[in-house]
Amino acid sequence: MNKPFKTTAFASFLALSAAFSPAFAANTAINVGMVLEPPGLDPTSGAAAAIDEVVYANIFQGLTRFDENGAVLPDLAKSWDISEDGLTYTFHLQTGVKFHDGTDFDAEDVKFSLDRARADDSTNAQKALFADIASVDVVDPATVKITLSKPNGSLLFNLAWGDAAMVAPESAADDATKPVGTGPFKFDEWAKGDHVTMSKFDGYWGTPAKLDKVTFKFISDPTAAFAAVMAGDVDAFPLYPAPETLSQFEADPRFQVIVGSTEGETILAMNNGKAPLNDIRVREAIAHAINRQEIIDGAMFGYGTPIGTHFAPHNPAYVDLTGLSNYDPEKSKELLKEAGLADGLTLSLKLPPPSYARRGGEIVAAQLAKVGITANIENVEWAQWLEGPFKNRDYDLTIVSHTEPMDIGIYGRDDYYFDYHSDEFKKIMADLNNTTDPAKRTELLQAAQKRIAEDFVNVYLFELAKTGVANAKVKGLWKNQPTQANDMSAVYWED
Amino acid sequence: MSEILTEPSEHILRSAFRSKSFAIGFALTILFVAAALISFLWTPYDVTVMSIADKLQTPSATHFFGTDHFGRDIFSMIMVGARTSIAVAIIAVGIGVVLGVPLGLAAASRHGGLLDEVIMRGNDLIFAFPALLIAILITAVFGPGAVNAIIAIGIFNIPVFARLARGAALTLWTRDFILAARVSGKGVTRISAEHILPNIMNLLIVQGTIQFSLGILADAGLSYVGLGAQPPTPSWGRMLAEAQTMISLAPHIALFPGFAILLTVLGLNLMGDGLRDLFDPKIRRGRG
Repeated sequence: MNKPFKTTAFASFLALSAAFSPAFAANTAINVGMVLEPPGLDPTSGAAAAIDEVVYANIFQGLTRFDENGAVLPDLAKSWDISEDGLTYTFHLQTGVKFHDGTDFDAEDVKFSLDRARADDSTNAQKALFADIASVDVVDPATVKITLSKPNGSLLFNLAWGDAAMVAPESAADDATKPVGTGPFKFDEWAKGDHVTMSKFDGYWGTPAKLDKVTFKFISDPTAAFAAVMAGDVDAFPLYPAPETLSQFEADPRFQVIVGSTEGETILAMNNGKAPLNDIRVREAIAHAINRQEIIDGAMFGYGTPIGTHFAPHNPAYVDLTGLSNYDPEKSKELLKEAGLADGLTLSLKLPPPSYARRGGEIVAAQLAKVGITANIENVEWAQWLEGPFKNRDYDLTIVSHTEPMDIGIYGRDDYYFDYHSDEFKKIMADLNNTTDPAKRTELLQAAQKRIAEDFVNVYLFELAKTGVANAKVKGLWKNQPTQANDMSAVYWED
Repeated sequence: MSEILTEPSEHILRSAFRSKSFAIGFALTILFVAAALISFLWTPYDVTVMSIADKLQTPSATHFFGTDHFGRDIFSMIMVGARTSIAVAIIAVGIGVVLGVPLGLAAASRHGGLLDEVIMRGNDLIFAFPALLIAILITAVFGPGAVNAIIAIGIFNIPVFARLARGAALTLWTRDFILAARVSGKGVTRISAEHILPNIMNLLIVQGTIQFSLGILADAGLSYVGLGAQPPTPSWGRMLAEAQTMISLAPHIALFPGFAILLTVLGLNLMGDGLRDLFDPKIRRGRG
């Protein structure tokens, strides 16, 4: 009774799969989920991470680029020579490179792009990357010479940022709405509020992309993101916003969970210029009152690495300084007593929207309460956060993740919202900029990490994990997030 | 009281509880009010203490309603959340009654006059805006928090009570006993306070109950979008909002606050309906 039925069913299954297999084999389109929609699509004129998450390495390329582990690789520049004094970089460009509008890419475009980015009236969000460039000169169509005003050991690294992407003079003005780059994908369409699509560029100079079509879909609500992945509306969600549901995907063979590292140092920032936080004993007391593992478990469902300074743990120069600010509530109380605050104190705690801040903030407030510190939570939107804590230093405590790569230099900026001023730290940074020897640089970077940890500028909570979800058949996605990017050039569907 | 159209109170209560919907509504309301009051003295667990290791436990003998994503006891949070919701709703309705009723009575006493026009057009102005949107605007401008939520919800109760009081008072002003009071030399303010107000009290109570349930709903809505009471104070709306991404993982953390809102609002509405049936002479006589 049962057997004939099974056989029939199997036979019809075979027939069906035969009918459908060409369609499966030709699966060369992918839908990628993102939480935030970019405000524009020009990486050279906006700070939003979402811009690079769409266009980096897909539409736009730079002279150098990051790989998935953060290493700097040649991109549009196939090689370079550095002069003895470290002041002149000669880049040899790839040949036969075309922009998506059909125009050629050559040394003139490099000069145009870099001069545009570092011009006085430039709207580039990371102008500091180009600060040491004195001039950009065209030697011949395939060679460019960059002259620096002083040695800068991180020039190749700086040029790998999305903000240093190569653009064409013919199309640069419209890049925000109609991006034209040299990458393996060309821009098709942007349906505002919903998606951006791009398709394979046939005239690409390098290894052609394996996918024909990539659609970035914008889904900000974590519940909707979960539903979209479950239903297969989205094939990959590289920065998945609901870590609490990851265990379900892990248990489901249709999906893969990709956990990697990011450059996101999540910190409990303190207003160093405002009493009583201008007292290092108070800041140290707060540091010892925080139990990092509890925050990682409670807010991030276990995804995240504890850090003791403002530096990514996967970086070779990282020093583990978590012991300096270990969880020790008794020590906190003692320090508060020393600072004359034995009766406790009240501080504001402003929390931007991401769940690491909102959930983490509630745990931080509960932990601070145990040592007699009342933290008044105030949930704010990003615009309010940028205007209040970030711009006007209107805060005591706030939680935020700094996702830019290698951004320890912000501690040397007098106008930054931590209000931290240390001549010693600034000297370390100045030395670092004048040093190209890798071993010496590592030493200086470690000194910088120690300086800010010993000054208890902020409480360094954890390195944000990159928790992504994707269909189990999607291969070639980045595991880590060394910069803001979703590089789709090597992604393919496994048969 | 003067010519008040009521019956002896014993009789009212007896017939009230004969109405099933009133009895159920009353019981539900008492249940949540009691939970809120008891929470001042005792809750099974401290709602501000987190125990991450015990997170997302399902309901059990140690945690009646389970634990949330921080390992806090949901039963205790519902109790304290009831306190927040009820306090916000009571004060908001109080604002509406204290400001709205005198305005309505004043408007009725000067029917057709300038004062009447000013008050009632002012009411129309507030009515013209969608209540929840303005509440969001107010909390967005003045910052989120329970106090601002109370003000935002309270403002929208003012015209409701003003209009009700005016409408009811207008019909009374034509009655003979009011004329008698005028002839005896009482001023409009005294008449409003001594003769009109007691006679519209029943309407106000019914409306108050309904507004109270709307207030709870509005508070839940505001705290759902993050504009109500701020953490760590538990609030039903925020509990729901925080639970929504975990609903497939731990449905209980969304179900319990959801039921709490549903049952409170249902209870108050049933009670309001019961009271209206009771006070409305037409319906009462119809039941015979």
